[in-house]
Parts: sequence; structure tokens; C-alpha cells
Amino acid sequence: MRRLVALLLLALAGPLAAQGNVPPAPYAYTQLADPAQEAAARELMHTLRCLQCQSQSIADSDAPIAGDMRHQVRARIAAGESPDEVRDWLISRYGDYISYEPQVSASTWPLFVVPAIILVLAVLLLLARVGRRRASGEGG
Amino acid sequence: MIPEIGLAALWLAAALAVLQLLGGVLGARREGMELAAVARPAAVLQALLCTVAFLCLLYVFAVTDLSVKLVADNSHSMKPWIFKVSGAWGNHEGSMLLWITVMAMAGGLIAFVERRLPERTMLATLSAQAFVGLGFYAFLLLSSNPFQRLSPAPPEGNGLNPLLQDIGLAFHPPTLYVGYVGLSVAFSFAVGALLTRSVTPDFARVMRPWVLAAWIFLTLGITAGSYWAYYELGWGGWWFWDPVENASLMPWLAATALLHSVSVLAARDALRTWTIMLGVVAFSMSMIGTFLVRSGILTSVHAFAVDPERGSFILALLVLYIGGALVIFALRAATIAEGERFAVTSREGALVVNNIALSAILGIVLVGTLYPLLTEAFDIRVSVGPPYFNPVSAIFLVPMLLVLMVGPLLRWREDGFARIRWQVIALFAVTLGVLLGVWLVADIHLLPLIGLALAVGVGIASLLPLAGRSLRRTPLATWGMVVAHFGVAVALFGMASDSAFQQERLVAASVGDAVEVGPWQGRLDTVYPVAGPNWTAIQANLHLAYEGGAERRAAPQSRNFWAPVMETSEVALLTRWNGQLYVAVGNQAQDGRWQLRLWWKPFVTFIWYGGVLIALGGALSLVGRVTTDLRRRRRPEDDVDEAYPA
Repeated sequence: MRRLVALLLLALAGPLAAQGNVPPAPYAYTQLADPAQEAAARELMHTLRCLQCQSQSIADSDAPIAGDMRHQVRARIAAGESPDEVRDWLISRYGDYISYEPQVSASTWPLFVVPAIILVLAVLLLLARVGRRRASGEGG
Repeated sequence: MIPEIGLAALWLAAALAVLQLLGGVLGARREGMELAAVARPAAVLQALLCTVAFLCLLYVFAVTDLSVKLVADNSHSMKPWIFKVSGAWGNHEGSMLLWITVMAMAGGLIAFVERRLPERTMLATLSAQAFVGLGFYAFLLLSSNPFQRLSPAPPEGNGLNPLLQDIGLAFHPPTLYVGYVGLSVAFSFAVGALLTRSVTPDFARVMRPWVLAAWIFLTLGITAGSYWAYYELGWGGWWFWDPVENASLMPWLAATALLHSVSVLAARDALRTWTIMLGVVAFSMSMIGTFLVRSGILTSVHAFAVDPERGSFILALLVLYIGGALVIFALRAATIAEGERFAVTSREGALVVNNIALSAILGIVLVGTLYPLLTEAFDIRVSVGPPYFNPVSAIFLVPMLLVLMVGPLLRWREDGFARIRWQVIALFAVTLGVLLGVWLVADIHLLPLIGLALAVGVGIASLLPLAGRSLRRTPLATWGMVVAHFGVAVALFGMASDSAFQQERLVAASVGDAVEVGPWQGRLDTVYPVAGPNWTAIQANLHLAYEGGAERRAAPQSRNFWAPVMETSEVALLTRWNGQLYVAVGNQAQDGRWQLRLWWKPFVTFIWYGGVLIALGGALSLVGRVTTDLRRRRRPEDDVDEAYPA
């Protein structure tokens, strides 16, 4: 009985699930045959943003666009492109937003300058401690 | 009727907060002592009233009272009972009521039990707590009323996001909120101590258990949230450096730094201003996190700009409270002496490194989270993700963990490396040995490699403080430190191991086909539909064996919810001591084969075991601290040594 109800419900839900069901591109859910190429593609996919989702990489998403992009990445890697070339191509097509790895540019330099400042500050703070300790003698 | 009772209770609680503020301020200024006596009872009563309001909200969700707008928008009569109730905080208004309730309960609790502080400091603390509370009451009552009615009531509700219909998420937000909002107590204590200039070791001992308690809940909340994302999102990721996650990580980083520095203040009367600063920063991070998550700014900066009511309200509160506290800090910090001096090679010295490193990581996470929002306002869209956060935070994390290996072995005030030379040499030799060993046999990336080596080093080092001690006489607080530090090593090991060694297999399989991933082999046996209370699903049944052992069944589902319509992945997890097999089923391809995704994740579970251990360490410390403190209050002359920080 339960099985029957499930089947009935499924039949009803079918049309909903079928909305826009274009079959996914070949490489969306298929790995590359060469393990080294697949590893490179996988690593790259983890650093690319799924444009349709909120804060997920294309390697972590069921969204159709993420599938299409996985296909693009795998196809290009299989064709012999380097991960950086693929990333550059995707950035040229979708903009900087697509890449989770910010490149140093006019609009992103604070992301790199601020940690450097924090690092300098941290070292200075520690050195100040050491210096004060030396100046105040053994008593501390 | 019930919703109106809830609303009335909230307005009354807000009125009591005004009374508490006035009484506290007058008392702290030594005027109007009659009103000052009101501050404590007002805080306690507020906690009760907010609890009543929250219970009212739980009730309307439990019975699916669709005449309440919030219920109609976020619930559905056919949801399982537990998710009806947990749906109460799965939305904006409900979660803000939860926030207020936790805050009122924390305030009520300190008013009820805390009698160790000078009364003036206590009154200043209570007025600070009331002042912060008032802002959030105003926010809730004026722009996010959870009890708003809907007339006519709709025949059915809109339902709850199916991703949130999960037992993990039923308990994750309350846990996290207790941590988040518990830090408000540290904030109020810090402001109270600043206003009355009483930053003393006694003050630190009073503040410490509250910080510890909030931190334990934060740790558990983050751990649970990470595990939820791992099994519910269906792709096996456990940390995404997503702004919502960062919003919970930032208060945790600040609270971790705070509970280490508050121990220095308690034990050695050093780092006074720094501890106060961290107290302010920790809750400020909670508020920034709430702003990020609740204002809608994350979905789109532009949508936020178009409908800014709620966002700008929280933003105004942020500026008021953080700005106000920083102004008080700037005015008063100079009048508070820095406290006792100490040598670089001392327990305090190591803890200063811990504090600087944690603050630096906090700064990086803050910049990496806020910067994309800033540029988006100028129509420049950038993404900051794992390739940025991982290496940049490692710059500080690695030295911090190296110091963590040595710090607990050092004595307070002043120590020399000569005393612990052999232990330190052995620890670094082991760490370096693991680094080289793994590097030789496995081709993995630098960060997981360093992570594995440090995990082993920290794991061994964390146990050394127990060496040569009678385990039964070791204070609970020391056990707490050992367990928590060991937990750090365990979690780090899990993270590094999963990043380095996980194996992925995406296959399209027909019924009867063999599948394999890593050491697991098996086949897809059947695929059939199943139905739940508010969903239907395709269930794949696989049998898999680890290295030719006994077969185990994995039955992942692809679920279709109908209110609201959404497809989710219900993964199957086969857990072994040395890792987890993660199986998800996707759609049926045109040729009739099923999409299967399998991951073998060696030691991935250690991430969450580690998180739980860290929280457990905190709990041991908390129990140890509170019991020693109670004993000391009974017998003041019996001053126990403060040998180990929390």
C-alpha cells in the first residue's frame, strides 16, 4: 500500500521535477579518464563559484549551470589546457566574480595589503614585547 | 490570544529593560539607590517574560496557527511535528526572538547568580546589558514583529525550506545563538569594568566562566553546522568559507582569544586592557555576524540597498554599540594600567602569541568576508574563497600551533627553554619527521601536509602537561586544557586527511552494475520510489564492502519536497573508525542509468570528533573553575594555585 501511494505521489510529482529537464552536459557528472587530469579539473572546480547558488563552488552544486561549467572545465582540461588557462577563459567570459581565488588587481589589492599590514603589526607587537623585556632587565 | 500574550510579554520585557538601564546607571553613579535595587529583579523578570514570548511562538508553530503571518509564511500543516517547532527559529523574526530570549536569559542569569563583583561594577554591567537589549527589543518590536496577524488566515502555509527540515538544523541555531548572544555578557562585563575602572584578577575570574560557557556553545554550534552542511548539501564539503559560516567563526576566534587572555588576567593580573578589548570585540563580531545573516546583504548588496529597513536598523545598532563601546574604551583604556610584566619565554608570552595570531586570523576573515560586499556596492564583483582564506590564515595558524606545542609546558611569569629543552626538541623532531615521511610517500599539497605534521605534533604535545602528574590530582581545568588542545589536533588531522586523501567517484550505473571507490567495492542493487510525510524520493540501494569485508547497505535518496517545491539529496554515510563512505544519488540519465556520487573520506569524522573534544575540554574547565571558585568562597584563605589557564 505504502509503495503504491509512493508511486502515485511520484507520478504526480513527476511533471514538477521534469521542469526544464535538459539532459546535463556529458562531463557534468562524469569524471575524466586520466586521473591526473581529473585531479587538476577537480581542484580547479573547487575554486570556481556557482553563479546560481549562494556561496557554493561548482564542485559542490546540483544547479544546472554548475553542471555546465563542470563540463566546460573538464572538456578544456581534457583538451590539454592548463587550469590557469581555463580559469582565465572563464574570468574573461563571466568576470572576476567566477573565481574564488582573487587575483591582485586595482580592485582587489586591499585583500593582499591588509594581511601584510596585519603580519607586520603582529611581528612589531611581538618585538615590542621582547624589546621591553630586555630594557626592563631580568626582573621582567 | 496566545500570540497577543507573547507580544505583550515582549513589550513588558522592553519596558523592564528601560527600568534596568535607569536603575543600573543611577546605581553605578551612586545616586537613586532605590531605583538601583530594581536592576537585578528587572533583569530576572525580563528573562521570564522573554521565555513566555518564545514559548508562545513555539506554540503557534506547533499548532500551525495560520492566522499568524510568520506561521503562514514559514510553516505547513503537513510538516513533521519536530520541524514545525524548529521552524519557529528557521526564519528572520523567530530567530531574532530567539536572540532576544537568549540575551534576556543570559542577563537574568548574571543578575540572579553573580554576587562576586563590586556592586557598582555589577550595576554598570547590568545597565550595559539592558542598553544592548533595548536596541534589539526595538528592532524586534518595530521592524520584525514575529506575532503579526494575518487576516483572513490562509488555508495552508508556504512551508519551510526542505534543507532546514533536518534534525541537525533543528538544534544548530539555538546552540549557536546561546554562544553568540552569551558573549553579550562578556561585552557588558567589559563595559561595566571600564566604566567603573575595576579591571582586576577577581573581575577576570567572574568573567571567565561566562566566556567559557558561551564559547562551548559556539564551538558545538559551529561543529554541528559544519556536519550539517556536510551531509545535507550532498557534495561532501564541510567548510566553504561562506560568509554565513564566517559570521559564526569570527565570534569564535575572538572568544577563543578572550578566554586565553582572561586566564592571563585571572592568574597574573596582566593583559588588562587587551582582555577588555577582546570582550568588546567578541560580541561585536556576534552583532556583525547577525547583521550579515539577517540584513539580506549577502544575497545581494543591491537588494539590500533597495529595501534597507531591517538592514539599516541593525547597522545603526552596530554603529551605536560597537562605536559606543570603543569610545568608552578609548576614553578609559589609558587610565587602566597595563598590569604585571612578564618574560617572553613564559606562559603569558605563549598566550600573547596565541592572542595575536587569533586576532590576525580574525582580521583576515573579517576583511575577506566584508571586502566583496564593499566592492559590490561599487558594482565590482569579486569572490573570496578557500584559495584565499586557507593559505592566508595558515600564515598565522602555523606559528600559533607551533607555540601551542610549547606554551602549556612553560611556567608563568618567567621561564627558560633550558628546562624543557629535550621535550621541545623531541616534539619538533617528531613533527618534522612526520612532515618528511608523508612528503616522501604521498604526493599531497603543502597545506594538508603541514596540517598532518602539526596535528601529530600538537596531539603529542597536548598530552605532555599530564606527564609526571598524578592524574587523579590534576585539576579539572588542566584536564580541560589538555582535552581541548588534543581536540584541536584531532580536528586538524581530520581536515588535513580529508583534503589530502579523499577519493571521488562519479558514475552512471544501471541496476546490477558494480561500483567502487577507494577501498570500497560493491554494486547498485535496486532503485525504487519511497514516500515520506511531505516528500517523495528515489532511493538507490547499494551494497558495499570495505577491502573485501562484510557488505554494508547504503541507501541514499534524492528527495522531492512539494511545499515548497525543492529537490534535496539525502546521502548515505557508512562510518568506519578510519573514515566515512559518502554516497549520494542524483538523477536518472536518458539511457536509464542512475547518477551516483561516491566519496571515500579517510578520517573525515575526526573533524567533528575534534570539535566535540574542544567543547568537552571547555566544559571540564568550566566545571573545574566553578567548583574551585565555590570552594574558595566557602574558605577564602584556601587560595588554590592558578597554574593552568582555561
